[in-house]
Amino acid sequence: MDITRRRLLVLMPAAAVAWKYVLAGTPEASPNYRLTDHWWGMLMDITKCIGCGTCVRACAEENDVPDGYYRTWVERYHRDDWKIERPEVESPDGGKHGYLHEPAEGGKNFFVPKLCNHCAESPCTQVCPVGATFDAPDGVVLIDKKYCLGCRYCIQACPYGCRFLNPKTNTAEKCTLCYHRITKGLTTACCEVCPTGARQLADLKNPKDPIHEFLRTHSVQVLKPHMATGAKVFYNGMDGSVR
Amino acid sequence: MQIPVEGFMYPNEVELQWSILIVLYPFITGLVAGAFILASLERVFRVQAVKPTYRLALLTALAFLLVAPLPLQLHLGHPERSLEMYLTPHRSSAMAMFGFVYLWYLMAVLLLEIWLDYRRDIVVMSQKESGWKRLVYRVLTLGSSNISERSLHIDERLGYFITLIGIPSAFLLHGYVGFIFGSIKANPWWSSPLMPIVFVFSAMVSGIAAVMLIYMFSSRLRGREIDMRCLDTIARYLLYTFIIDFSLEMLDLLQRVYEADESFRSLDFMVHTRLWTSQVIVQILLGTVTPIALMGLTQFVRLTETTRKRVYGLAGCLTLMGIFAMRWNVVIGGQLFSKSFLGYTTYKMAFATREGLLPALILMILPFVILWVLVKLLPPWLESSPAPVISAAAPARGIN
Amino acid sequence: MNRFKDTEHLIRLAAVIVLALIAFVVLRFALVPRSFGQYGHYRGAAIAETAARPVAFAGHQTCEACHTDVVDLKKQGKHVVVACEACHGPLAKHADDPGSVQPKKLDTMVVCTRCHEANSAKPSGFPQVVTADHSGGLACDTCHQPHRPKIETEEVKK
Repeated sequence: MDITRRRLLVLMPAAAVAWKYVLAGTPEASPNYRLTDHWWGMLMDITKCIGCGTCVRACAEENDVPDGYYRTWVERYHRDDWKIERPEVESPDGGKHGYLHEPAEGGKNFFVPKLCNHCAESPCTQVCPVGATFDAPDGVVLIDKKYCLGCRYCIQACPYGCRFLNPKTNTAEKCTLCYHRITKGLTTACCEVCPTGARQLADLKNPKDPIHEFLRTHSVQVLKPHMATGAKVFYNGMDGSVR
Repeated sequence: MQIPVEGFMYPNEVELQWSILIVLYPFITGLVAGAFILASLERVFRVQAVKPTYRLALLTALAFLLVAPLPLQLHLGHPERSLEMYLTPHRSSAMAMFGFVYLWYLMAVLLLEIWLDYRRDIVVMSQKESGWKRLVYRVLTLGSSNISERSLHIDERLGYFITLIGIPSAFLLHGYVGFIFGSIKANPWWSSPLMPIVFVFSAMVSGIAAVMLIYMFSSRLRGREIDMRCLDTIARYLLYTFIIDFSLEMLDLLQRVYEADESFRSLDFMVHTRLWTSQVIVQILLGTVTPIALMGLTQFVRLTETTRKRVYGLAGCLTLMGIFAMRWNVVIGGQLFSKSFLGYTTYKMAFATREGLLPALILMILPFVILWVLVKLLPPWLESSPAPVISAAAPARGIN
Repeated sequence: MNRFKDTEHLIRLAAVIVLALIAFVVLRFALVPRSFGQYGHYRGAAIAETAARPVAFAGHQTCEACHTDVVDLKKQGKHVVVACEACHGPLAKHADDPGSVQPKKLDTMVVCTRCHEANSAKPSGFPQVVTADHSGGLACDTCHQPHRPKIETEEVKK
């Protein structure tokens, strides 16, 4: 596609407007973000996930996630008929390159993307000895890289396996809900690139957010509700075999 | 390195987070608590028979307590930030609160008790010794050379009081370690209200066994007679404590097998495969049932002194091995299975890395080196000439 | 006076303890970061630090501001819901400096198959093909225009 000089002159002002989004990489440029106005969560629609792994790749690129570790990943389930307590699950390289091979014959097959659930009562922040991981006032669970000791207690305490130790920084790490993006009015990298809209960022405090209507009209679940973590990632169409 | 995985594990779970150093840590703190409880048997419960090991037990506890933070420092991603635990401790975190329990125990209980018990000897040696040793003793006296009857009596009373506080403190020290694991709801192998109690009792077992072995070994080194009444009593307490510990662990196991909850199938499979050797063979059969049987034997069958010493020696070694295996099975075992209950990973222990086998071995030897230094500095035994003033009101604790 | 003398060592000990406590308080005041405790038990400044990270994906609104022709094309087909960077990768740097940072040319055999290769785990309503049977090894953009993928009877290329 070629851009002629004339086109460019016309498009420059438009670009300048869009430029503002990108320029808001500096904290001073997003002064209109108030912590108490938001309460972040996410909606996962299992009926729409195609297991392409674009979210996993995008997250790794957006957040410099080291190889072999995953801030988000996609699992593929194979439930053999009635064996709900014994599904066959796999996640080759976190599903980063999609799933080109066929699952086992028969049964029900589906994909489940996972990430940090940004729990309202997170067990990980409870056990951090120094306050390096915390629940921000807008509902995102974050890690203070400069304060973390690397004791790994939080990694042990997370029931969902979403945390890991970054070998480069020697600190705990996990999904930040692309905090640097959502505070600038963008959506998370994974939601941005999801081609089917299976992943959608949700601001539970925003009355206009479509999640409220969705939650009213669909049956949703959270992962491991018996752990009472107050998880804020809601799964639509999730099978009972999901661990 | 590629880690072999069986079944499914969440992608971030494959690599173990807590290594052999974190196995070592509860083992060491357990020895501390156990050694202290043995010492307190004499001081508070007036079990006269174990008096010969009183000071040795205290020094053993101190030697191990000084080494205890080292495996943690080696494990931390940022050891230089460890002071944060004391500066901004997160009150909801068991690990943070443990930092203070440790500090309390070290400073307020152990050091104070040792100082008070040894004070007269310290003052005497500060006047007798020369060179740098003299300086060390002078510093330890805190500038006071008063060893009058009354001051020693005050020390005695205060020491008693501290030991009294020290007993629940010792329970707290190791019970807390148990709680650090037992309070993690995400991990069904760890999550149990029994965990702190099992840890406390296994700590006592390991501590008593350690002091028993050190006493036997050091007597042999010094060419001294072992006080058999003392040794028999220690062995008896070891047996009782071990029976309680074993019962608790079997209770936990029985309950799990019977209730067979969501995690059971996965855990059961793990014990039967990856943990078979370390749990069933080493911990239970060789490390618990055998020493209990051996020591139980000495209670019912009359054996000669030599035979009893051999039996105690063997039982003691097996006990320590068994308790170490227990820590291994808890820490490593708790990370071998997936929280999805659908798979297992493998622990790849390196040798000469920061968290490998080599530093673990060094850290196990180090307390004995420190103990040797402590024994030289603060002899648990009156070797040659007695102190200038021996008063009947404050008898020396170190004898033999 | 005598009584006092006999507890002298304990008083010295108490003094040592008090000194240590004072040293600890001073240390705490000096070392704990100022913003600690601002919102809770953590360094308040960490929130802003986390938010200050530069963005790698520009977001489709940014792309659409310049590439309006593509927008018009996409509006005519099913790929209207697919974000630009889902296929084209992170392009915030390109949006910063469109002239010097050029996005890579995509290989449709790789990009398209990730979503559209048939797999029984994908929802049945989702358009998927077995590429070997479907195109016999031809690149997808031989017949399909990625921004408006449906093939009308007479149209072929962009």
